Amino acid sequence: MEHRDLSVRGVGAWTVDNVLRLGYAARFIARTIAASGTSLARPRLVIRELYYTGVLSLIIILVSGLFVGMVLGFQGYHTLQTYGSESALGVLVALSLVRELGPVVSALLFASRAGSAMTAEIGLMKATEQLSAMEMMAVDPIARVVAPRFWAGFISMPLLAAMFSAMGVFGGYLVGVVLIGVDEGSFWSQMQSAVDFRNDIVNGIIKSVVFGFAVTWIALFEGYDAPPTAEGVSGATTRTVVTSSLAILALDFLLTALMFQGV
Amino acid sequence: MRSISQPFRRTRNFAVPNKNIIEIKDVSFAYGTRPILTGIDMAIPRGSTVAIMGISGSGKTTLLRLIAGVIKATRGEVWVDGELVNRLDTAGIYQLRRRMGMMFQFGALFTDLSVYDNVAFQMREHTDLPEAMIRDLVLMKLHAVGLRGAQKLMPSELSGGMARRVALARAIALDPMLMLYDEPFTGLDPIAMGTITNLIKELNAALGATSIVVTHDVEEALNVVDYVYYLADGKMVGHGTPDEIRHTQDALLHQFVYGEMDGPVGYQYPARTLAQDMRLSA
Repeated sequence: MEHRDLSVRGVGAWTVDNVLRLGYAARFIARTIAASGTSLARPRLVIRELYYTGVLSLIIILVSGLFVGMVLGFQGYHTLQTYGSESALGVLVALSLVRELGPVVSALLFASRAGSAMTAEIGLMKATEQLSAMEMMAVDPIARVVAPRFWAGFISMPLLAAMFSAMGVFGGYLVGVVLIGVDEGSFWSQMQSAVDFRNDIVNGIIKSVVFGFAVTWIALFEGYDAPPTAEGVSGATTRTVVTSSLAILALDFLLTALMFQGV
Repeated sequence: MRSISQPFRRTRNFAVPNKNIIEIKDVSFAYGTRPILTGIDMAIPRGSTVAIMGISGSGKTTLLRLIAGVIKATRGEVWVDGELVNRLDTAGIYQLRRRMGMMFQFGALFTDLSVYDNVAFQMREHTDLPEAMIRDLVLMKLHAVGLRGAQKLMPSELSGGMARRVALARAIALDPMLMLYDEPFTGLDPIAMGTITNLIKELNAALGATSIVVTHDVEEALNVVDYVYYLADGKMVGHGTPDEIRHTQDALLHQFVYGEMDGPVGYQYPARTLAQDMRLSA
């Protein structure tokens, strides 16, 4: 159990430590991007990581998307029915998913599924001296291990968010149209006319790209910076999930505020 | 004993190629204000096998890390194959490391790669050799450590001794001029230990390389090396040939070589008197 020193000196030291760590994390991501040449020259390295971070996250993303969409179908129908506008159910489901739930929930799931795995893997590679061995073989672990994982996370996050939203819309359709009996024509046509490509879909993609960057950065940094012990790696894995989740929600607020500035 | 013996005397001429592959001149290293190594002098001739010995925490692994350029000396000079390691940038250090091989304490094999791919790793990273040639080279290296038949296994399927042998095959993949062994005998059964001891000896002769073995396993080390340096508390306290070390009159070295419980390194951790701790009146 970690005890915090709450004296002025303790708080000061904690602040300085965290600012230093933030600087270290910034240098780390700058080095990772600068060392991406290997990933570009050998796309197979990225493709392999795409499988581990993206493809293996598909099940949890698709199933969660389906359930979130089905819940939206029930809740939306229940609320809209009060105003006699249940034909707008498609709009409600699609906008909720594309603007907010798709990017945010899929990023939260991505952080707990793929982010924690990345941290644990890199942390254990460090603890078992695999990264040191690589350095001793004159191979830069940032270029060989970290950068391919970074690009894989960065690429797979928006794709997963899109699939989450699509699955959610399908879930909303199943509940709203197939189960409850909302008119199919109005479900799809109202959705088609109300969802704007630039303001809704592109903004959703921007969010998921930002979340993908943040989660992958946090996960890789925590793994790389983890103390090389069992406790160190487990602490780093927990920090990845907690910090990523907070970062996703805070960034979502900022991005939403920016995107709806002119509305 | 405490002076550098004749064949290992430092040379003043650092132009390559010189007799000594490693020259360490008055090197000190500290983490912040905590000194780890103080005033180390060493010279290791090409083709020799040298042990750096000492109890845990004596600074021997730090010395190995200085030679490999993982950390830089806070004072003094570390010369490896005619290059001043303290002054090299990352690219220079990576160039130098291509001529080195290192075997880590527990092997440090890449757990997501098979035995074959572990040994092929450096060849694929640093050369453009066709896969057919890489295959022949990998099988030769694995054959040298007796594990050609284990090429398809994953590291999790290997015993400790086998993992260490694969790590050795991986370290010699590009025929290094300098082999560094970090605690190669730790945690091995007697058969595996004997195998690793023989391999170090044989591979050094076959490769014509220089080997540095960091260890605290006295018998194995004395059987395999030409010369021993002994560190204690970050200082070089003695060195000599294995015979000289076995017959040392130095109390500290004697305690270490013969594993005596008490001596200059005390059995009891510094503490208050027993009477004080037991609250007994004097």
